[in-house]
Amino acid sequence: MARKIMFKDAINEAMRLEMERDESVFLIGLDVAGGAGTATLDKERDSWGGVLGVSKGLYPLFPDRVIDAPISESAYIGAAVGASACGMRAIGELMFSDFMGVCFDQLYNQAAKFRYMFGGTAVTPVTIRTMIGAGFSAAAQHSQSPYSMFAHVPGLKCIIPSNPYDAKGLLAASIQDDDPCVFFEHKALYTMKGEVPEEHYVIPLGKANVVREGNDVTIVALGRMVQFAEKAAKKLAKDGIECTIIDPRTISPMDWDAIYSSVEKTGRLVVVDESYDVCGVASDVVGHVTQDVFGALKAAPQMVTAPFVPTPFAANLEAAYLPDPAKIEAAVRKTIQAKCAATVA
Amino acid sequence: MKTQLSKEDLLKAYRKMREIREFEDRLHKEFATGTVPGFVHLYSGEEAVATGVCEHLNDLDRIASTHRGHGHCIAKGVDIMGMMAEIYGKKTGTCGGKGGSMHIADLDKGMLGANGIVGAGPPLIAGAALASKLRKDGSVGVVFFGDGASNQGTNFESMNMAVTLDLPMIFVLENNGYAESTSPNYSAKVGTGNIADRARGFGMPAVTVDGNDFFAVYEAAGEAIERARKGGGPTYIECKTMRYFGHFEGDAQTYRPKNEVKEARVNDCPLNRFVAAVTSEGLVDAAELEAIDKDVLALVEKSVQEAKAAPQPDLADLMTGVYVSY
Repeated sequence: MARKIMFKDAINEAMRLEMERDESVFLIGLDVAGGAGTATLDKERDSWGGVLGVSKGLYPLFPDRVIDAPISESAYIGAAVGASACGMRAIGELMFSDFMGVCFDQLYNQAAKFRYMFGGTAVTPVTIRTMIGAGFSAAAQHSQSPYSMFAHVPGLKCIIPSNPYDAKGLLAASIQDDDPCVFFEHKALYTMKGEVPEEHYVIPLGKANVVREGNDVTIVALGRMVQFAEKAAKKLAKDGIECTIIDPRTISPMDWDAIYSSVEKTGRLVVVDESYDVCGVASDVVGHVTQDVFGALKAAPQMVTAPFVPTPFAANLEAAYLPDPAKIEAAVRKTIQAKCAATVA
Repeated sequence: MKTQLSKEDLLKAYRKMREIREFEDRLHKEFATGTVPGFVHLYSGEEAVATGVCEHLNDLDRIASTHRGHGHCIAKGVDIMGMMAEIYGKKTGTCGGKGGSMHIADLDKGMLGANGIVGAGPPLIAGAALASKLRKDGSVGVVFFGDGASNQGTNFESMNMAVTLDLPMIFVLENNGYAESTSPNYSAKVGTGNIADRARGFGMPAVTVDGNDFFAVYEAAGEAIERARKGGGPTYIECKTMRYFGHFEGDAQTYRPKNEVKEARVNDCPLNRFVAAVTSEGLVDAAELEAIDKDVLALVEKSVQEAKAAPQPDLADLMTGVYVSY
């Protein structure tokens, strides 16, 4: 059996292996070594290794390539983009995805658009790693999952790993990829343990993972929601309802083939997303499926998402805000009970 | 300083400045006929800045430009025929007609793009400079920006980061007196009247020079670039200059004194001043400069004719060049 490590250590290992393989890879972010300018940082040891320790141990291995930036997201995310347009392969760590507001132009108008604006000549292999997700009473500015805002931009790729094995393989693929990638790490998954081979490997971007197969309902779930969907599916199976769970792994590109072929088999769709159903991934998946494989649907697709409010602080409100296995189970049952208008007609 | 430049260098610099002037003045005329698409921002009047800086650079050195980018492109060696075709939205353009005036880039020439976002350049060039530093190849990054962009947070953040990381980066402020229509006397109230004085507070050397004097710009840039190449960190250079046209083509310029440009064209034109300096000292013959004028006139004429005649992009180009792979 392969060794089991935590999600955050899988990310650390992917960065270490890529930095070993390729001298053009470097990491820049806030406190990625930590303690810069204090006596606690020397060539032998880092201080923090990232605010949650994800990059711990990298600075002593690559002291020139693990770079602490001032708290100036526009400047250092932009510098990651600029360096990558000049032959480097930067990993920019935007601590919380909620902070994208202070640096978004450098991704939205710069990194994403260089290649198209410049007539297909630019290559900008930057990877932005950033945390998402609620569940820690971190309230409205440290809990969001705003990946659909990035996925809305042509030129960016968006990656959302759901387990340690995928985190390592998808991050390696993102760093090696020649397009700008935004890599979303759910903070609740950091301590999740799973089997992760020690050697280097990549998981191709744009390839969904079929986590579980069943003939009755297709559940598309993202990031942390995959494990909630698995819980719901296990419970439903006891009642004879068999679910397929598709983890898209990347939402741009999206593996439409995997989703469509599953819906064509099951005829029922539930999309689970910790973000909103307003102009989000869930509404997008439902929209595309309805447009492209409408004839296969036996029931109206269902979305299980956060309600359209900022993430609340109080624990009971936050629990009510988040999707959970019970909500997923209810949505699946609804698709089993309901009949699609098209079928009735 | 003048005498440190070889005759060949002087003629090269003059040719660049003349190319910029002719290119922009011609675009101004063409725009008025309604044949030039989109938004166009012209650089006439500021030629000494782009040229005085870029004469020190090679293709490994990176620059980032602004919405008023044609001058920087020409000074950095981007092909004029391709530029004109790009501005006309043609397939033969530098970017295949997909970028236009505000996004001309030539990465092989170290030109990271004109930019439609005011203040976007400083972080990008901080990154280019960081790449230079990590590769230890002695190259530098130069960001051009205006007095308007000098107030953007990206600029202040990048000034601090350039000092923090000791980056081989040069900030070149083109203070042309108008952020769109707003004067820096209103929007950048530095007590001394020199915006560059802010940079000293960030801990980097800073100078303010006459941006219409090629030799003053050349000298300040030379010193800064040499220091950066040797690992001496960033410098901020403010060049006081003037744009001869509006913020954009079509701008009625109701905010400017009536004769401001007319007088500047006579009394403070960077090209006239260059000519006077080099001919009075006998470094260059007037006839040689006139020959360049003629050449450049013909080149720009040709660029316009070819751009007008060139094919539009293929419709299939709409969908290409978004990603390397997707």
